[in-house]
Amino acid sequence: MTLELRNISKINNGQLHIHATNLTLNKGSMNVLLGPTQSGKTSLMRLMAGLDVPTTGQVFWEGDDVTGVRVQDRMIAMVYQQFINYPSMSVYDNIASPLRLMGKSATVIDKAVKKSADLMQMTSLLDRKPLELSGGQQQRCALARALVKDAGLVLLDEPLANLDYKLREELRVEIPKIFEDAGSIFVYATTEPEEALLLGGNTAALWEGQVRQFGLTPDVYRQPIDATTARVFSDPPMNFLKLIKSGDQIFFEDRQSASATGRLLDLPDDRYLAGFRPNHVKLDKGRADSLEFITKLAVTELTGSETFIHLNHQEDKWVGLINGVHNLELGIALSVYIDPRHIYIFSENGDLVAPAAYALAD
Amino acid sequence: MAKITLDNLAHSYFSNPKSDNDFALKEMDHVWADGEAYALLGASGCGKSTLLNIISGLLHPSQGRILFDDKDVTQSTTADRNIAQVFQFPVVYDTMTVRANLEFPLKNRGADPKYIMQRVQQIGAMIGMESELDKRARGLTADAKQKISLGRGMVREDVNALLFDEPLTVIDPHMKWELRTQLKSLHHEFGHTMIYVTHDQTEALTFADKVVVMYDGRVVQIGTPNELYDRPQHTFVGYFIGSPGMNVITAQVAGNTAIVHGLKVPLSQAYDNLGGKVEIGVRPEAITLTEGKGLPITIRRVEDVGRHKIIRAELFGNDINILAHEDQPISTEMSHVTFDKDCINVYVNDWLNCGVPA
Repeated sequence: MTLELRNISKINNGQLHIHATNLTLNKGSMNVLLGPTQSGKTSLMRLMAGLDVPTTGQVFWEGDDVTGVRVQDRMIAMVYQQFINYPSMSVYDNIASPLRLMGKSATVIDKAVKKSADLMQMTSLLDRKPLELSGGQQQRCALARALVKDAGLVLLDEPLANLDYKLREELRVEIPKIFEDAGSIFVYATTEPEEALLLGGNTAALWEGQVRQFGLTPDVYRQPIDATTARVFSDPPMNFLKLIKSGDQIFFEDRQSASATGRLLDLPDDRYLAGFRPNHVKLDKGRADSLEFITKLAVTELTGSETFIHLNHQEDKWVGLINGVHNLELGIALSVYIDPRHIYIFSENGDLVAPAAYALAD
Repeated sequence: MAKITLDNLAHSYFSNPKSDNDFALKEMDHVWADGEAYALLGASGCGKSTLLNIISGLLHPSQGRILFDDKDVTQSTTADRNIAQVFQFPVVYDTMTVRANLEFPLKNRGADPKYIMQRVQQIGAMIGMESELDKRARGLTADAKQKISLGRGMVREDVNALLFDEPLTVIDPHMKWELRTQLKSLHHEFGHTMIYVTHDQTEALTFADKVVVMYDGRVVQIGTPNELYDRPQHTFVGYFIGSPGMNVITAQVAGNTAIVHGLKVPLSQAYDNLGGKVEIGVRPEAITLTEGKGLPITIRRVEDVGRHKIIRAELFGNDINILAHEDQPISTEMSHVTFDKDCINVYVNDWLNCGVPA
């Protein structure tokens, strides 16, 4: 079972909404569409479902061209951000409704509803009405209904966005377990990098209607192909810094220089953009070859186990995420250290030139 | 700015409440200091919005008083309380420009035009909309509209308190960072008394000086982010703060040892023989995987979440979560865990028991 988008694009009101996209999604896979609001996640899902017809290109389902085939005539389940259930029906009837529409027998329905309810931990709630449920339970009910059809393609559009933080955390753990057992193709839209990481599977990083990169989730996270993908897949945002490589030396904006080692040495002399994630900003030197930057501390935020430090470095604003609790004085000059193995090198226009060494280590 | 006193306060949505269960907000006495930033944190239905509505005057409590400084405002209207509010969804005047929206609260109170001009410029810069001040609000994104709401909430300097009801819900993750940081630096600068309702622990912990954790209509703990993290007063706080939350493990405790399924776990404090429901709480960060030392576990799955790994495992048939560093390899030999003894808390019937130095 595969879903293939071949060169599809979408123009709305004369504006290019979705850039030409090629994607192949396989049976039993979880595919995350990660990007900020209005990056094209929902538009892409609508094209996959057949709710919208692409301006160019074709959609193939198991090798058959289904471009323009109506959503009703395909086996697709969708779950939206808003919990959508029939308020007058019990949870049981809500979950059973798609099968009833398909004219399945009562025994088949009963078996499928119970299996799906069990997966979503709804068994004890089958007699309730949706309004007697908490938000999390209502969304589980909608998820159970989506699963019961055994649809080949299940589309989840920010399904957890309206839930409490802790409920979201619990469902994020449950959802990958469910898709591992089901044979369907799952597509899951989210704005949150952490959600993508927790779901695992594959991730497509979206930016302004364009799939910038598609691959295994940890690979896209650790080896983003450009600065835009790195930005989309980093929360807090990735930090950037301009540098010039000349011979065996690199020069940073603050005129600090360092010797070019490893892969950096092989780069042609040019201007580059260095990127590093907030959790790789350190307050102690650690390795001998760590780079030191003198910054000004603007704001600190304590989370209990960790401290976020907001730094001004020349014209750049950086964020560091430090283990433990640090009560630092605001406005002071603060030295921070970056292990060169944690630095990504991008060209001036943002293409990845060299991934961080640590990302290649395993 | 004002100190806020909740005196013997309680609220029920029923006219004749019969038992504790009928109260959305159970009796509480608290004094919140002038100029501090508080976050009300809890799951939906915990009573945090009820409490905020009582403070703002949208709701009159069925019992008790509320004081701003030493003035009883229990029966005062919202307008008389002199507060600013920002809601979950943007409230802006679509036909007006961004500038006119921001000026509105100041013009209403007849502020000096020169001051208005300068203050609006300052707020515009703070919300990053300086260049859009003369655009109409209509047609702006939800993000931008919410920034206007935030800006308007903060435009007056003479309010008693600033109340925020989940103001960043509609904002993109990247923008959340920026706005929260701006709110924070604004608080440093002006020292407003701020109350911020949220169900998001990161937002609560990063924003507030003191976090008020609510559970089932009660305040279960008021503390600094540190205190909530290190010494949760109630197992709910341990679960709610931290991601994943604290592991709670059934144990017997005597002296400076906990017994988990017959195996000894050393503790840093000493305890009397504890009765009732006794549990130890250990954060996933305070657990180390070993190849034989400590308690036996079975690893179920390892989740790579970027900067660390979450190990989902089983300990004597119960789920246990363990955090490991991004660089730490996880091998199949890892069959046991040890706990950092300084990070183990002991709970009796869900409440923290501090013990005595061992």
